[in-house]
Amino acid sequence: MRERLWHMLVKEFIQALRNPRMRALIFVTPVIQLFLFGYAVTTDVQNIALAVYDQDHSVASRELTSRFVRSGYFDLVESVAEPGRVQELLDRGEARAVLQFHRGFQETLQAGRTAELQLLLDGTISNTAGIVLNYSSRIVNQYSQELLDQRMHRLLGTPPRTAKVELAARAWFNEALESRNFFVPGVIAMIVTLTSLMLTSMAVVREKEIGTMEQILVTPIRPVELILGKTIPFALISYADVIGITIIGVLWFAVPVRGNLLLLLFATGLFLLTTLGLGLLISTVSQTQQQAMMGAFFLYLPALLLSGFIFPIANMPEVFQWLTLLNPLRYFLEIIRGIFLKGIGASILWPQMAALSILGVATLGLASRRFRKTLE
Amino acid sequence: MKARRVWAVARKEFLHILRDPRSLGMGIAIPVLLLVIYGYALTMDVDEVPLVVWDQSETPESREFVSGFAASRYFTWQGHVRNYAEIERAIDSRQAMAALVIPADFAARLAAGRNAPAQMIVDGSDSNTATIALGYADAVVETYSQAVTMAQIRRIQGRTPDPPLDFRPRVWFNPELQSRHYIVPGLIAVMMMMIAALLTSLTVAREWERGTMEQLISTPVKGPELILGKLLPYLAVGILDTVIAVVMGRFIFAVPLRGSIPLLFAVATVFLIGGLSLGILVSTVTRNQLMASQLAALLTLLPSVLLSGFVFEIRSMPAPIQMITYLIPARYFLNVLRGIYLKGVGLETLAGETLLLVLFSGMMVILAMRRFRKKLV
Repeated sequence: MRERLWHMLVKEFIQALRNPRMRALIFVTPVIQLFLFGYAVTTDVQNIALAVYDQDHSVASRELTSRFVRSGYFDLVESVAEPGRVQELLDRGEARAVLQFHRGFQETLQAGRTAELQLLLDGTISNTAGIVLNYSSRIVNQYSQELLDQRMHRLLGTPPRTAKVELAARAWFNEALESRNFFVPGVIAMIVTLTSLMLTSMAVVREKEIGTMEQILVTPIRPVELILGKTIPFALISYADVIGITIIGVLWFAVPVRGNLLLLLFATGLFLLTTLGLGLLISTVSQTQQQAMMGAFFLYLPALLLSGFIFPIANMPEVFQWLTLLNPLRYFLEIIRGIFLKGIGASILWPQMAALSILGVATLGLASRRFRKTLE
Repeated sequence: MKARRVWAVARKEFLHILRDPRSLGMGIAIPVLLLVIYGYALTMDVDEVPLVVWDQSETPESREFVSGFAASRYFTWQGHVRNYAEIERAIDSRQAMAALVIPADFAARLAAGRNAPAQMIVDGSDSNTATIALGYADAVVETYSQAVTMAQIRRIQGRTPDPPLDFRPRVWFNPELQSRHYIVPGLIAVMMMMIAALLTSLTVAREWERGTMEQLISTPVKGPELILGKLLPYLAVGILDTVIAVVMGRFIFAVPLRGSIPLLFAVATVFLIGGLSLGILVSTVTRNQLMASQLAALLTLLPSVLLSGFVFEIRSMPAPIQMITYLIPARYFLNVLRGIYLKGVGLETLAGETLLLVLFSGMMVILAMRRFRKKLV
């Protein structure tokens, strides 16, 4: 048995790595992807393109404008002269927000009455718009508070002893609220899933499609050996990918690793059981590589979306939250983020690991049963 | 180039598609599935952040302060806690995402006219939600602070003062800030890119791998005719997908479509031709289905999701990555779709993006035709 398996493994490795372009695809592209996406994935909102339509041209309006710019969130892209331009800027997406001062802004303020101030906001991307809305109300509120203090000063004749509530914010697990720390572990999980799922799902079908499966069937190799021979190479390749991109994630992106890396490797093994099992399952139900590829995408995309990678699971409707319980990527993400950011160990993560083991055994078991049937 | 020969290849390829109903079915099912998931399940909107409160002051002032949080629709009150350990437990078990800590001398300090500190702890592991929650908290706190100052002035002046500024934000294009309204048009763009390359990336490689390419080579059909013939049937599938997506967006998800529908389909067709040709190009270059599928996934799947501005803001990315996004055609198509859907703008505003898409598609078609060689080696 060991000898036959060995031959099978050698053959698979040669087949997978024979082509230099394929080697590059397997080993180099995950690294490039990590670099690219590690930088791209950030939900931090900054450099918001801001235009100002200032009809007042006063000290007060300029002061407030400069507060927007100094806040660091906004880039002043244009001072608008005529009203028609406002619409154009927003339509073209050249400005995301337009701050508008009416004539008499400063006069009203000095008279102690309420001055109106308008902000037009491009709501197309609602998430960003909500954050921009937050930033700008904070700036305006602060200015408003200072004006009130000045008024008190005038009333009392002495600087006011304002009583304010000062909110000290602290973000646990990710002090600087770096979204990169949140996403880079996710990107690692995503890349590995894609590679392992697609490689396994197509590898078996390929033999069917080209007709070499019959040649394998006439050899004395047993179904178990064939299954192992088809999965072990891809498991090892995926492992190499995980280790490589984790090292880069830690060294290059300085994502903190607070937990145990050995535990991460162990959990990765459990996770690979499920992706390899699913890949094998796809290959047993597919006749052609086209079908296998479609099948892999059919599984991969929902798994990606319902994993909590970008969209928080807690915000989903209940039905979909239940569905995510069947998603191995969800558990792997929780584990990988837990180990990286929270530094928690097996004592907290054991339910996720148990879930991965169950899913892994189930998919691999189902796949090998179906696989044997197709062989016999 | 002869139309008759193009047509013959197209018919052959079309039969091929029909004979493999499962691939065709998945080519249609994948977009539908994605739309359903995105439309129903996914939202980046943050509301009802679960909040626990540790009120050490236990005074009318502190209770009023807390009620400002409880009354805001952004927080849901999850109960009182008594120490940091309980906060830690609540956040670790995800029962709460945020905790408010009010020190014992809160009311005394405010009464003495001194600043009163309060602490907000958020679970930062989901930084997006945390940032938004902190923003909401700031707004609640500032409203409270202003009320305190106003009360002070009232005591001195004897009448309620006018607040200095009346801030009126107005949100255009998507006034309710519904994330569905920007995700559905964006999704159509991302999906078309993926599906297009998925559909065609194996077509030429398959012929090489199975050996049927030799038969094709022995026929009088020319390279460009073959490519064009392979393109047409898949273009039909892609347009069918677009129709389904637009209809679902309109009637199931009620996403407003304010611009011109013919323009939408015209640009979609241009974009599809580009995506499909990219798939064919990949297929001719690799001659191997496994590699073609990996390369197509690499070029389309993740870049069009992550680098097109679909969920991650391009302007927030570092400058070199921003440069790279200019190479992602989905970026332009996405801008066009959002413009047509939400802003209701036409070609006069979208001309730049449309032109770039035409360029991309033209280049892909030419490249695919030129790279293809009717030779055995």
